[in-house]
Amino acid sequence: MKKILSLALVLVMVLGLVACGSKTEAPAATEAAAQTPAGTEAAAAPEAAPADVKLGFIFLHDENSTYDLNFMNGAKEACAALGLSEDQYIFRTNIPEGQECYDAACELADAGCNIIFADSFGHEDYMIQAAQEFPDVQFCHATGTKAHTQGLSNYHNAFAAIYEGRYLAGVAAGMKLNEMIEAGEFTAEEAKMGYVGAFTYAEVVSGYTSFYLGAKSVCPSVTMEVTFTGSWYDETAEKEGANKLIANGCKLISQHADSMGAPTACETAGVPNVSYNGSTVAACPNTFIVSSRINWAPYYEYVVNCVLNGEAIAADWTGTIATGSVVLTDVNEQAAAAGTVEKIAEVKASLEAGELHVFDVSTFTVGGEALNSYLADVDTDPAYTPDTEVVENGYFNESAKRSAPYFDLQIDGINLLDTAF
Amino acid sequence: MRKQNTAMPVLHISKRTSLPLYKAWAIRAVAILLALVVCAVVTTALTGLNPLGVFKAMFDGAFGTQRKIWILGQNVAILLCVSLAVTPAFKMRFWNIGGEGQILVGGLATAACMILLGDKVPNWLLIVMMILSSCLAGAIWGGIPAICKAKWNTNETLFTLMMNYVATQLVAFFVIVWEVPKGAGKIGIINQDTHAGWLPQIGSYKYLLNILIVAVLTVIMYFYLTRSKQGYEIAVVGESEKTARYVGIKVEKVIVRTMMISGGICGLAGLLLVGGTDHTITTTISGGRGFTAVMVAWLAKFNPLVMVLTSLLLVFLSRGASEITTIYALNHSFGDILTGIILFFIIGSEFFIGYRLSFLKNEQKEGKGNV
Repeated sequence: MKKILSLALVLVMVLGLVACGSKTEAPAATEAAAQTPAGTEAAAAPEAAPADVKLGFIFLHDENSTYDLNFMNGAKEACAALGLSEDQYIFRTNIPEGQECYDAACELADAGCNIIFADSFGHEDYMIQAAQEFPDVQFCHATGTKAHTQGLSNYHNAFAAIYEGRYLAGVAAGMKLNEMIEAGEFTAEEAKMGYVGAFTYAEVVSGYTSFYLGAKSVCPSVTMEVTFTGSWYDETAEKEGANKLIANGCKLISQHADSMGAPTACETAGVPNVSYNGSTVAACPNTFIVSSRINWAPYYEYVVNCVLNGEAIAADWTGTIATGSVVLTDVNEQAAAAGTVEKIAEVKASLEAGELHVFDVSTFTVGGEALNSYLADVDTDPAYTPDTEVVENGYFNESAKRSAPYFDLQIDGINLLDTAF
Repeated sequence: MRKQNTAMPVLHISKRTSLPLYKAWAIRAVAILLALVVCAVVTTALTGLNPLGVFKAMFDGAFGTQRKIWILGQNVAILLCVSLAVTPAFKMRFWNIGGEGQILVGGLATAACMILLGDKVPNWLLIVMMILSSCLAGAIWGGIPAICKAKWNTNETLFTLMMNYVATQLVAFFVIVWEVPKGAGKIGIINQDTHAGWLPQIGSYKYLLNILIVAVLTVIMYFYLTRSKQGYEIAVVGESEKTARYVGIKVEKVIVRTMMISGGICGLAGLLLVGGTDHTITTTISGGRGFTAVMVAWLAKFNPLVMVLTSLLLVFLSRGASEITTIYALNHSFGDILTGIILFFIIGSEFFIGYRLSFLKNEQKEGKGNV
């Protein structure tokens, strides 16, 4: 009897664990991913007929991740604009950052794809491996850092100057804080924001710093606390992180992680939220202010047009506000401060005109001192060797030396709660 | 357990003494057929797709191209390796559900050799060190709960399970130590330029070496369990510890030895993953195989040769499910639903093979056996 009991126990636990284990791979909702390109075909059709291109897309998760959903929407938008038919692109979802990525890339190449995109940082090395094997296929990897040093003509990196979008979102956050201060909800000294980050990685550091500087530009007394989850997608940890920040007295939350954890925690607590990757207004009608996101469609279209016209694809491609890659969602008037839309438009214009720089060294200090020179680790190596001077003309020149961000300084006013996750 | 009222239960379950082989396979065939019918109904009801097309897509996803067959073989090899690893422990009625952790520490030891010694020792020596250290790490990870079980009779189920979390955190720690670039939380491919410590590739076949190693291991494990003295000791300890003691088997020694073998082979699976295919280490590299292997081993009733089939079945289902997702743009959950239905019927059929259901008409007469 004891043995049967222990056997039953084992089976229950094991099956429970298997179920838990597979949950991350396969979140609940079912949604048809492919949509028919809707009548926009002729609009941006390139010179050569796009009949002989076939695109393969590799996604880390599926549409339940805001990050991957943003890539999927960009991909569908680009395919529709290019007039590609449904059998001219293949989506592979839930591809982990391991050998599976290499296998998936090779399978896509076998299936006749001549351009293959991957969306997650950890896919990079496996994309390079596949690129070495298929010299005639173009491999494009978002967020990676190695294309400019790898020396492969068919392997490319892309990112966008999303720090500008974060800055604009930060302006909206600062205005909301000002409004709450004026309403007497708290004093100017108590204006503290919270930020849920994934890793202590430059991409995240660059993001929260630009967000903070945007808020500081309109609300000078603001401070910020950052907590890290140690995962790009961990709904529970993100929710707990947001709740911890709210309990610490943060008046407004933003995040750089890919689940709905932080936005929904904010909606429950009634704390304003500045989102990322796309609008969360449907789930958070009372607290969502605005979201910055990268629109990947311009990059996808750029690459396809390069291939059709026989041109070389840039090793590093950085999308900007001007290319339509850095975008803000609609401002939610219900939660945002009055005049937010106008202010964002004004700041955006001066960013585009080059009058304003996000990382202007006169607006922040590091360890109490001004930043006059900084060597960043632009060429990725295991020893993190600083190799490139990035402070130029009075500002930290982000995303100019390579597409992926490299701002990894700790500026004053931002307090990191837990860097060892 | 027995009901208080006088009426006899309508249904009576009794263990079958034996069942002719053809009957057992007939039951399995009916189960698979029923599973496919239910899958077809579910598919049409939920998606409106033609179920035959969906089945064909599943098949193509697993066997469609030469590359897909190789990937299938590779996945079967790794899953089979872990299943072989947990089998001796299970035969001993030692519930090793710590395969996941044993794979991770084996992989971690491999990665450590590759990162720390990659450019310091000749490649052959490096690979020898990787093999030894990965098996040793796995053996230690499996040996700790075994020693505690042998000495203090601790609960091995909980102990091996908890060791998984310790291993995961250990890997998470070293990933941060070795991460490239800083803060990224990823190591990336180790020695991508020098290939130091990469297990050799046979011809142009990336996964052939892994498949061969596991094939040899399968045969060895079969003979170890069925023909060797140690294999017999394992079986006796599993059947009854008291009997084992009575005939002079040192039970504690058998428990520790068997678990070290079990953990060592899991460590070897870690080596094949880190040194042979992925060339990196992450907390999720084992992909739940430590648990899936439990199902593989049980379905095959701990026969290593049958495990080739059961691991093939599970990998086929998962590759097929992934293909449906891609072709029909469905969520992964849908593929998992079909996999679940098929497994439910297959596991269910084993019940009907092992037990007889009798519908009792009255106290004396027994109804026909029903399958």
